[in-house]
Amino acid sequence: MLNSKSFADRLIAEKFDFFTGVPCSLLSGLISDLESRPGVNYIPAVREDAAVGLCAGAYMAGSLPVLLMQNSGLGYSLNAFTSLNLIYNIPVLVVMSWRGFGGKDAPEHIIMGDINEPLLETSGMPHAVLEPGDEAGAEAAFQQALDTIRNKKIPFTLLVKKGLYNEGHH
Amino acid sequence: MTGTEALEIVATFLNNEPVVLANGYISREFFNVQDREGSFYMIGSMGLASSIGLGAALARPDRKTVIVDGDGNVLMSMGTLAMIAAARPKNLVHLCIDNEVYESTGKQRSLSNQIELEKVAQANGYPYSRRVETPDALKQAMGEVMAGEGPSFLLIKVAPSFDSNRGRVTHTPEEIRDRFMSVYG
Ligand SMILES: Cc1ncc(C[n+]2csc(CCOP(=O)(O)OP(=O)(O)O)c2C)c(N)n1
Ligand SMILES: [Mg+2]
Repeated sequence: MLNSKSFADRLIAEKFDFFTGVPCSLLSGLISDLESRPGVNYIPAVREDAAVGLCAGAYMAGSLPVLLMQNSGLGYSLNAFTSLNLIYNIPVLVVMSWRGFGGKDAPEHIIMGDINEPLLETSGMPHAVLEPGDEAGAEAAFQQALDTIRNKKIPFTLLVKKGLYNEGHH
Repeated sequence: MTGTEALEIVATFLNNEPVVLANGYISREFFNVQDREGSFYMIGSMGLASSIGLGAALARPDRKTVIVDGDGNVLMSMGTLAMIAAARPKNLVHLCIDNEVYESTGKQRSLSNQIELEKVAQANGYPYSRRVETPDALKQAMGEVMAGEGPSFLLIKVAPSFDSNRGRVTHTPEEIRDRFMSVYG
């Protein structure tokens, strides 16, 4: 699960069939992998909140959606998560890049990088971190995501660190 | 024509289509006009009725899907018009109840008396986009959009009319979700 191809294979094997988002360089490999697959439709969204809405509609109409976004989009989409997904119980798998991790990034990412996990926690949004090199941890995180989506029916966020899904872009 | 009259006319053109309603009075008033299983009353997430409707229409291209939006909601998510136009779902009907105000929060003016939203939709690439101002024009246009190919945009100019004493949606959010999902069978 620790490169774009294997992760996309896994998503499709688990019947995820609706992909949208706003790009992040840390997810560029994953987005191009999805876009290159015949039969997979990645829908470019203009804003993260609109992508949350798109996924909610797709879910209720019978799809299993994945939302790809940068953590900067968490601010834009927090009202969508709290006043749509979390009250109607509408799940979505969120693959969120963790810009600003450890305070080492461009200035605009530092604050969100710092508050990313507490913000998810305080919003009641379960999440787990995918680390380069930790296959077992990624597998456990993915199982937790599947369980949350299928049983609790709320969004689950996989926080993705640099070096996993940004093949070909540094 | 008032907003309530417009919703009453819209309701007569619906069977068991999935319908996504904007937040505030539009959801509340439509609930009072006719409570349908297929009505997704969006009580929060202002601006997202259009993206929810688009997601549903794309996931089930075989089902005619209707969005009942408001001018304030459309203005908040104007980028979603581009997403709809780009995705070109033939099965999607996008209605906008345009009272030129944020009626739900006390009739503060919106920008839709200056910005012609049907032209915005058309410029984005909706193959059908019209403005209607009378009950007869609305009935004729509803007939066209429900029978024809979309995505279509209908700007329905109305006078504010919603009655704040009329009740709120009584279903819980989870009930709304389950009822909406049930129309897909
Ligand atoms: C993000 C957000 N901002 C503000 C509000 C408050 N609010 C609720 S309904 C509404 C007005 C919606 O306007 P419009 O789509 O024109 O519908 P109308 O009220 O005129 O029927 C507003 C501003 C909100 N619910 N969410
Ligand atoms: Mg209005």
